[in-house]
Amino acid sequence: MTPLAEEKIREFNVVKKNTDKVDGKALVSGKPVYTDDFDARDELQVKLVRSPHAHATIKSIDASEALKIPGVVAVLTSDDLPRVCFTRAGQGYPEPSPYDTFVLDRRVRYVGEPVAIVAAETEKAATAAVKAVKVEYELLKAVLSMDDAMKPSAPTIHPEEEASGIFDAERNIAAHFEMEIGETEKILKDCDVTISRTYHANTQLHAMLEPHVSRSYLDPNNRLVIVSSTQVPFHARRILSRIFNIPISSIRVIKPRIGGGFGGKQALHTEQYVAAVTLATRRPARLIFTREEVSMATNIRHEMQYEVKIGASKDGKIRAISMDGVSNTGAYGEHALTTLMVSGSKTLPLYNKVEAVRFSGNVVYTNLPPAGAFRGYGAPQGLFALDCIVDELATELGLDPLTVKEMNSIREGESSPIFKLMGEGREGVEQIVRSCKLQECIDRGKELIGWEKRSKGMLPDSRRAKGYGCAIAMQGSGIAKIDMGAATIKMNEDGSFNLLIGATDIGTGSDTALAQIAAEVLHVTVDKIIVYSSDTDFTPFDTGAYASSTTYVSGNAVKAAAEKVRMQILQGASEILEEPLPNLELTLAEVHSKETGKTISYSDICTQLFYTFNQRQIGATGSFVGEESPIPFMATFAEVEVDMETGQIDLKKLVSVADCGTPINPVQALGQLEGGTMQGIGWALFENVMYSQTGRMLTTDFFTYKVPTRMDYGELICELAESYEPTGPYGAKSIAEIGIDSPIPAIANALYDATGIRLREAPFKSEKLLFEILSREV
Amino acid sequence: MRINFRLNGETITTEIEDSMRALDLLREDLGLTGTKEGCGEGECGACTIIVDGNAVNSCLMLAAELDGTSVETIEGLTGSDGKMHPVQRSFIDKGAVQCGFCIPGMIMSAKSLLDKNDSPSKEEIEAALEGNLCRCTGYVRIIEAVEDAASIIREDRK
Repeated sequence: MTPLAEEKIREFNVVKKNTDKVDGKALVSGKPVYTDDFDARDELQVKLVRSPHAHATIKSIDASEALKIPGVVAVLTSDDLPRVCFTRAGQGYPEPSPYDTFVLDRRVRYVGEPVAIVAAETEKAATAAVKAVKVEYELLKAVLSMDDAMKPSAPTIHPEEEASGIFDAERNIAAHFEMEIGETEKILKDCDVTISRTYHANTQLHAMLEPHVSRSYLDPNNRLVIVSSTQVPFHARRILSRIFNIPISSIRVIKPRIGGGFGGKQALHTEQYVAAVTLATRRPARLIFTREEVSMATNIRHEMQYEVKIGASKDGKIRAISMDGVSNTGAYGEHALTTLMVSGSKTLPLYNKVEAVRFSGNVVYTNLPPAGAFRGYGAPQGLFALDCIVDELATELGLDPLTVKEMNSIREGESSPIFKLMGEGREGVEQIVRSCKLQECIDRGKELIGWEKRSKGMLPDSRRAKGYGCAIAMQGSGIAKIDMGAATIKMNEDGSFNLLIGATDIGTGSDTALAQIAAEVLHVTVDKIIVYSSDTDFTPFDTGAYASSTTYVSGNAVKAAAEKVRMQILQGASEILEEPLPNLELTLAEVHSKETGKTISYSDICTQLFYTFNQRQIGATGSFVGEESPIPFMATFAEVEVDMETGQIDLKKLVSVADCGTPINPVQALGQLEGGTMQGIGWALFENVMYSQTGRMLTTDFFTYKVPTRMDYGELICELAESYEPTGPYGAKSIAEIGIDSPIPAIANALYDATGIRLREAPFKSEKLLFEILSREV
Repeated sequence: MRINFRLNGETITTEIEDSMRALDLLREDLGLTGTKEGCGEGECGACTIIVDGNAVNSCLMLAAELDGTSVETIEGLTGSDGKMHPVQRSFIDKGAVQCGFCIPGMIMSAKSLLDKNDSPSKEEIEAALEGNLCRCTGYVRIIEAVEDAASIIREDRK
C-alpha cells in the first residue's frame, strides 16, 4: 500500500514552478495556430441546412434550385450517406452512450438539427444554397420539457430500429441508473429529523470563444485527413471509421491549437460533415459554425432535477441520504448515463459516514438541443441538490451549516462504498482517499471570507441584506481503468527531446504541465522539451481532454516514458564513459560519475549514439491507466448582498480553496480554478437559456446569453491547499473541473442567509428572488 | 473599390468588395489571422483591432471604413527584432493566457487603453476590457497582466 505521505511535499527542479506556457509567445503574437487560421488550396466551403421544427419527419428535399447557384458543388442528404447509427460522444470504446444518431436522418428531433449538407466554392454561394434547398416536413408532436418526456401521451423520439443502447426508447428514457447501500427509507424514518426538497439546475452553454470548426482533405495516398478543433482526436478517428466504413489506418485526425472546449468539443459536431463532402467530391472542405450554431446545435449541459431526502440525528450526524433525479439529454443521448452517474458518484462520497444511501435517476429524451459533456459533468447539478439540502438540514436542526458539513464529510485515509458501486457507465473501483486537505481548504476559506467575524442582516441603508454561504465539493482525476494516455519521448543530438502526446491541450496548459513533468524526470530545463500534441499519425493514443484526466493520466504516462528514456541515457553514458551504471547520476543535462568525476553532456551522448558509437535512437513510449481516480477537494464561500426592493443580487466576494495535490504549474492550476469558478458564477447568476414555445433556442448570441465580464462579480479569490497524491505524477491530481461545482450551492446558501428565502432553481434570477420577497411580504 | 490605409506601419493599397468586413480583409485577403472571429456580432471582442488609436470590433466594421486610417493588429505588436510589447510579455508572465483565442483582441483593447493612459486604475482596466469576453480565465490574471504592463511602460518612459 502506498503511504499517505505528507512528508513527500517537497521542492522540485521544474515541477511546482510557474513555467511560461510553452505556446505562450505564439498565442500572444497572434500566430496562426487554430484550425481556421490555415487554409487549403481549392477548398470547398460547407454549410448545413437546418430544421426549423423541433420534431418532424422529412417528406422530401429538393436541391435543384440550390444546385443552380453558381459555385455550388454538392448538396448531400440522408440518401447520399451511409445509414449507420452511432453516438457523437467522444468516450472510451465501447461507449456508454446509446447509438441513436445518424450523420443525417429522415427525422429531425430539435430546432437546428442538420437536414442537408451544402458544399460550394465560396461561403457566399454556400449560404445562398442553404436558403434555396426546399425541405418538406411532416410535423410531429414535440416534447419540450423533461416533465413531459415520460408521460404516456408523449411521442416516442427515437423509434428507429437501428438504435441500440437506449434504456427504454418507447418511454423516451435514454438511460437509467439506481443503486442503494443499506436500507435508506427505513433509516430516514428512524431519524430525529428528516427533510425532503427538490432542486432544479437548468442548462448552460459552453460558449467557448472559438466556434466548432474542422477541415478535411485527402492526402496524396487518398487517406482522409481531418484537422479539427476537437478534445478527442482518437475517438473522432474511430467514430469516423465506423460511420464511413473506412479503416482507421486510412484516417488521420490532427488537432491544432483549441480555442476552448469545456466538454463542448468532446463530441463530433463538424468532422462528419466535412468528411462526407471530401469523400463525395474528393476535394478539401471546411466547416465553421456561426455563434448561433455553436449555441443551438452542438451540445449543452444536462438540465437536472433532484428530489433529495436527508435524515440526521439531533446532534447533526447525517444518517441517510436519498437522491432521485431526472436529467434532460435533449434530442440525443450523448453522455446521458455517465453524467447522471457522476452527479451521484462525485458528490455523495463527500458524506461517507451515512448508514444508508440511495441514488436513482432517469435521463430522458426531449425535442430540445442535445446535451453532452460540460465541465463538471453532472457533479455541479448533483452538488447543488446535495450541498443545499445539508445546509437546509442544518437550519432545521438549529446548527451551523458549515459545522454539519465538516463533521460529516470524508477525510484522508477514508473510503466510500460508492467508489466501487458507481463508475462511469459501469462499476467503479474501490479506493481509499490517499490525499485530502478538505479541512485545510475549509479553514483557509473561512479566513479569506471572514467567516468567524461575519455579520449578516440588513445593511445600514436598510435596503440591502447581506449573507454568507459555503459549499464543499469533490471531483475525480480521470476515469479509473478506462482512460488511457500514452506519451513518446525521443532524444535529439543537441540534448533536446521531442515529447509526443495524444493528450489534447484545449487551453488548460497541459502541453506545458506535461513538458514540466518530462523535464523534471530528465533533468533538463523546459525549453529542451519540444511538445507535439495531438495527431493520430504521429502521437501515441490518448483518450483525450476530459474527465479531469490529463495531468493525472497523461502526466503519469509522460513520467513513465521519461523514466525509460532516463535509463537509456544512463546506459548510453555508461557505455561511452566505460563506467558501471551504479556510479552514474543525472545532473542538469549531463551524466556524472560519482566515482571518477567524469561528466558527459546529453548532447555528447546523443551525438555519439547517432553518428559514431553503438549507434541507436534513445526513445521510449510510456502509457498509463488509473487504477483509481484520486479526488481533488474544495471549499467555497460566497458573500452576497441582495437589494430587497429590486431583488438584485450582488456577489461581493467568492472564495474557493482547492486541494489538487502538487500543482505541476501553480499559476496554471489557479487559472483553471478561477476559470471554472467564473463559469459557475455565470451559471448561478446570469447564464439563462431560453426557448420559444416551439422549442427554438432564443439565447444564441452573447447579447441574449450573458457570459460574465469582469464587471459582473465582486472579488474572486482562489487558492490551493497543497497535498501530495501518492499515485499522481509528482503528487498531482486534477484541478480542471472542480471549480465549477460549488458556486451555485454556495451562492444559494448565501442568498438564504441574506434573505431567508431558499431558491431551489438555478440560475438565481433577480426577478425570481424579488417575486419571492414580495410574496413573503403579502 | 480601392482603399489606402496604414497597417502596422506599412502602407496598404488594395481592391475590396464594398460589402467586405474589415475582419475578412485582414484574415482572408491579407492573411493576418491573429485577429479572431468569435461571434461575428460585436459582442465578444475577439476581433478587436486598433483604428486611429481606438479599439474597435473589426467584425462590425466595413473594410471600406479603413480607407485613410491607421490600423494596428496583433501582428504589429512584436517588433522586427522579435521583442514583444510589454502587454504581450505581461500576459505570459502573469499566466493570463489559457486557450488564447480571446487574447489578441484582449491585448489590443489593453494596448489602446495604455496608449492613452499609462496609469489606469483597476476599474478603468476592467471597463476598458468589458467588451472582450474570456471564457477560460475568470479575468483575474488578465487584469493583473494589464496592471503589470502599465508599470513596465511607465518604467520604460522614465
